[in-house]
Amino acid sequence: MSRLYVAAVGDVSAGNLGVARECAEHEFRLPVSYLPAIAEPPGAFDERRGQYRAVDFLLAVVKSSPGDGKILALTERDIFIPMLTFLFGQAQLGGVAALVSTARLRQEFYGLPADAAVFRRRLRTEVLHEGGHAFGLIHCPDRGCAMSLATSVQQLDLKQDAFCAGCRRALAERVREYRGNET
Amino acid sequence: MKTLWNILVVDDEEAMCESMAAWLREDGYKVDTAFSGKQAVELARQKPYAICFMDLKMPGGMDGIETMMELRRINPDTAVIIITAYATVDTAIAAMKEGAQEYMVKPCNPEEISLLVERIIKVKRLQRENELLRKRLLRQYEFRDIITKNARMQDILALTKDIASLRSTVLIRGESGTGKELIARAIHFSGDRASRPFVSVSCAALAETLLESELFGYEKGAFTGAAAQTKGKFELANGGTLFLDEIGDISPKLQGDLLRVLQERRFYRVGGSEEVPVDVRVVAATHRDLREAVRQGQFREDLFYRLNVIEIHLPPLRERREDIPLLTEHLIERIGNEVEKDITGVTDGAMRLLMDYHWPGNVRELENAIERAIVTCRGSILTEDDFAFLAESVRARSQWVLPPNMTLQELERQAIVVTLERTQGNIKEAAAVLGIDRSTLYEKIKKYEIPR
Repeated sequence: MSRLYVAAVGDVSAGNLGVARECAEHEFRLPVSYLPAIAEPPGAFDERRGQYRAVDFLLAVVKSSPGDGKILALTERDIFIPMLTFLFGQAQLGGVAALVSTARLRQEFYGLPADAAVFRRRLRTEVLHEGGHAFGLIHCPDRGCAMSLATSVQQLDLKQDAFCAGCRRALAERVREYRGNET
Repeated sequence: MKTLWNILVVDDEEAMCESMAAWLREDGYKVDTAFSGKQAVELARQKPYAICFMDLKMPGGMDGIETMMELRRINPDTAVIIITAYATVDTAIAAMKEGAQEYMVKPCNPEEISLLVERIIKVKRLQRENELLRKRLLRQYEFRDIITKNARMQDILALTKDIASLRSTVLIRGESGTGKELIARAIHFSGDRASRPFVSVSCAALAETLLESELFGYEKGAFTGAAAQTKGKFELANGGTLFLDEIGDISPKLQGDLLRVLQERRFYRVGGSEEVPVDVRVVAATHRDLREAVRQGQFREDLFYRLNVIEIHLPPLRERREDIPLLTEHLIERIGNEVEKDITGVTDGAMRLLMDYHWPGNVRELENAIERAIVTCRGSILTEDDFAFLAESVRARSQWVLPPNMTLQELERQAIVVTLERTQGNIKEAAAVLGIDRSTLYEKIKKYEIPR
C-alpha cells in the first residue's frame, strides 16, 4: 500500500513530528504513520561550517525506507549543501525522501523571542514544500503558494501553509498516480 | 517553461554537483552534472546549455577556466558561472577575461544564486524572443513588403488575404511602380499554393514569338536553335501561381492562346502535338485601362472577362500620400542596412519635399530617390539637399515650355530617346530616371520603334 511516513533524524520533539503528520495527512490525503527515529549519519557534521551535510541526511533517510512509501523527515540541525550557505530543506524530486530542517524556522535563530505560532506555520509550509517536491512538484511562481521558492525567512513568511489551486490540482494528480503505481 | 533551459553543473566533488543539481531541478530546470572538464565538454557537444556552473579547481586534466574556454568554443551562448572555494582576485580576473559571466565564492547565499539564474534566463529569453521576432519580421518583409495605413490599400490587403486560397484569376491594375508584383506575391504566399512555385513573366519585355515559347515552352526542333524540349513558364508554375505582368501588351494570337489555357487548363508546347495539362493560378497585371482597350478592339473581350474575375486597382502614391512618411522610414531602414549606412531619418524640410512631390513613378521612384539620397548623403540624416534632384525635376517641370504642335506620343518618344542617350542605353537606369519599370520601357521602345 502506498503511504507516507513521518520520521525524525536525530532528536526531534514529538510536538513537531505531530505537526508534520497532521499537516501531511490533511494535504496529501494518504495514510501517514511514524517511522522509528533515524540515527544522525556519522561524519555529516562539517566542523569548519558548523553545519550538517543535507545529502548525508537524505541518504540516511532513503536507507531507512521500509519500501512502501515516501518519507517526510524532520531534523533540528542546520543543514547545507556545499554550494549554498544553508537550506530550509531538501527532497529527492519525485523520489522517496524529503527532509525539513527546523533550525532556521525558529525566531530565536534570528535573535528574536520565540514565537510558537510563527514556527508552526513555517514548519507546516516547509513540510508541504519538501513533500510536494517528493511528489514531483517544482517551484511555483505564485509567491503565496507553499511551493514557491524561499531563499530567506522573509520569503518563507510570504508563503501560505497551503498549496495554490494549480499546485493542489497537480499534487492530486501525482498522488493519484502514486496510489495507482503501488496497488 | 523552465524545462526549456538546460543547466550544467561541473565539479569534481560528486556531492557538490548532485546537491546543486537537485536544488536547481526543484526550480524546474533540466540539469546535468559532470565530474570533470572532459565529461563537461562531451556533454556540451550533445546539447546546448544555457548556464554552466563550473568549479574552478578540478584535479587532473582540464581545470575550470580551460573547460570554460572549450565550452564557450562549442556554444558561445552558454553563460558560465565560475565557482570556487578560495577567492583570489587574480583567478577572478582571469575567469572574467576568458568570458565567465559571474564569479562566485562557495558557499553562496541561495538567494544570490536564485536571482543570478533568473537574471541570466531573463536575458536569454529576451535574446530568443528578439531572434524570433527578427525572423518573423524578415519573413514579413520578404512576402509582404507592403506598408500602408491608407484605407484603400488596407481594403486591398484584406481582399488579398480573402482570395489567397481561391483558384480564381486576378487582374491587378495600377500605374508603374505601385507594387503590382508585390500584391501578386502576397496573394501567392498567403494562400495554399505558397509552397509551390511563383513564376513571373513580363509580357512587355519580349517579342511575340519569344513570349510564346517563353510561356508554353517548345519541343525539340520547333525552330532553329530549339535543341531540346524546354518547359515554358506555365509548366514551371504548375501547382503554383503564374504572374503575367503587362498583360495588356500581348498580341492577338497570344491572347487567343492564353484564353485557351485559362479555359481548358491545357496547352500545346510550341511545335508540339501533345497537350500538356497544367494547374496554374494566373495573376495578371497591367498599367493600361483594359476596358478601354476592349472597346477599341485591341484586347479580346472574352479574355478580359476571364482575367478580370477578381479586380484589384492599386492607387498611385500621390493618392496615398499619408503613406509617404511610413514608406520613407521603412525604406531608409532597409536600404540603409543594405548599403551599410546608419541613416536615422529625414529632416522636416526633406519630408515636406517628399510629401509635395508628385511621384509619377510611385513607390519604385520613392525607393530609387531614397537609395540615391542615402548613397550620396554625408550625414546620418537625409536633408533637403540630399533630395535636390527631386526639387530640380519639380522646377524643371514648372519652367519647361512645351514645343508647339507636339503630340503626347511624340513627347513621350522624345523623353525616352533623350533619357536613353543620357544613360548611354542603360535600360535599368533610364527606367529609373523616367520613373517607370523596365518592362514598360521595353514596351514603349518597341511601340515607338526607338533604335537601340
